[in-house]
Amino acid sequence: MSTVPDELKFTPSHEWVRIEDDFAIVGITDFAQTLLGELVYVELPDVGDVIAQGESCAVVESVKAASDVYCPLNGQIIEVNEELADQPELVNDDPYSNGWLFKIQMDNPDQVEELLTPEEYQKQVAEEAH
Amino acid sequence: MRTALYDHHVALGGKVVDFHGWDLPLNYGSQIDEHHAVRQSAGMFDVSHMTVVDCRGSEVISYLRKILANDVAKLSPGQAMYSCMLNEQGNVVDDLIAYKIDDQYFRLVVNSATHDKDMAWLMHWSKEFDVAVVEMVKKCIIAIQGPQAITQVTRLLGGESAEKLIALKPFRFFSTEDYFVARTGYTGEQGVEVIAPVMQGKAFWEKLVAAGVQPCGLGARDTLRLEAGLNLYGNDMDETTSPLTSNLAWTIVWDDQRDFVGKEALELERAQGVNAALVGLILQDKGVLRTGQRVVLKDGREGVITSGGFSPTLEKGIALARVSLPLMSASVDIRGVLKPVLVVKPNFVRNGKAVYELLVKEEG
Repeated sequence: MSTVPDELKFTPSHEWVRIEDDFAIVGITDFAQTLLGELVYVELPDVGDVIAQGESCAVVESVKAASDVYCPLNGQIIEVNEELADQPELVNDDPYSNGWLFKIQMDNPDQVEELLTPEEYQKQVAEEAH
Repeated sequence: MRTALYDHHVALGGKVVDFHGWDLPLNYGSQIDEHHAVRQSAGMFDVSHMTVVDCRGSEVISYLRKILANDVAKLSPGQAMYSCMLNEQGNVVDDLIAYKIDDQYFRLVVNSATHDKDMAWLMHWSKEFDVAVVEMVKKCIIAIQGPQAITQVTRLLGGESAEKLIALKPFRFFSTEDYFVARTGYTGEQGVEVIAPVMQGKAFWEKLVAAGVQPCGLGARDTLRLEAGLNLYGNDMDETTSPLTSNLAWTIVWDDQRDFVGKEALELERAQGVNAALVGLILQDKGVLRTGQRVVLKDGREGVITSGGFSPTLEKGIALARVSLPLMSASVDIRGVLKPVLVVKPNFVRNGKAVYELLVKEEG
């Protein structure tokens, strides 16, 4: 069973979002990394990129397949996880902490309300697992 | 369908997936660890799904000389060889290993994904010869591969079999009451493939587990064969491609005295000039090459990746790709961006070491 931390928000496309003041930290969920299998490459956006909600802004590649990561919120990239260049497996080992992907300065904090709660996401995962 | 070792895979934590109708483990936790185990020590694979066909009869040699592009006439008892089976167009029906037991008895191991058409093809051609073609249905096939594979298997077999195995050269085999032991494999490492009856096969698997040999799934099997530059039927060659454009010209024996299925078409292709090649690619940037991606040569001609993946040994994206000749520097279209690749002989890793040779000097 994959874990779904209480303090995070989620998207239907399996990204997690940690809200910190006016920026957000984004990664992929434990469910997503389990489904993908061992990651061997992560392609991240550039710092300064301005990205719209729902836009593909990163790619995670496992031994099996490449998968797009969709931006959960409008905003500008302020930092990316440089450690993933040499250690993409951090996403598998620690998806909610050391395996974070990027930080985004939010343009429209109201969009946070559109994200899934842990309960909602848990329900979706339970449905998809069958 | 399930192999006799299915319960063993589940008990070992294997993540079972559907592979051409067979429930087989993709991995037992980490595909990358399994890959490294084969390169560095020893790993084992359940390949019981593969098709084993015994061909017996007074004309078995004539039969196989007719349907195989390689020539079984060069084999002595106890020797094996790799060959393609071609259609009349000179394209590949399947690839296989032929084992010569004696002048009237050969064993073929062909792919499982092509089981039905292979059996139909083998039966069809057998009608012209005094030969009986019988599939061995109930069996275990276990491939044990890696620098310590032979030592491990030797220890478990013991006695006379152990002595035979120590002396066994690549592409040779021997049989005991229970085991058929061949120095063959699909990983680019030393190793053996063992065919045994179900009971003995299960017991042997259990002994291998107890000896610490790493069980490996389909995932590692694919990255190991890709690093070794070994073709996968259905990806790198099929009924629309000839061995001449599949890096398999070396498997064809051209002998004026012998006619084989597909020979005429191959001769024509050779006379007209072979116009494509299966080459190896190594991505220079970080990333992964994927099956189906577009290859772009310097002069604009395009090719395609037939098998792509990530090489755990080289820690780079690698691929087999079919491109038209002449070869020149190349790039691969990854999500709309052309990324330079090295064009190399399709053999990336052997016996744990990088061995690739450049076919084109400059980068793409």
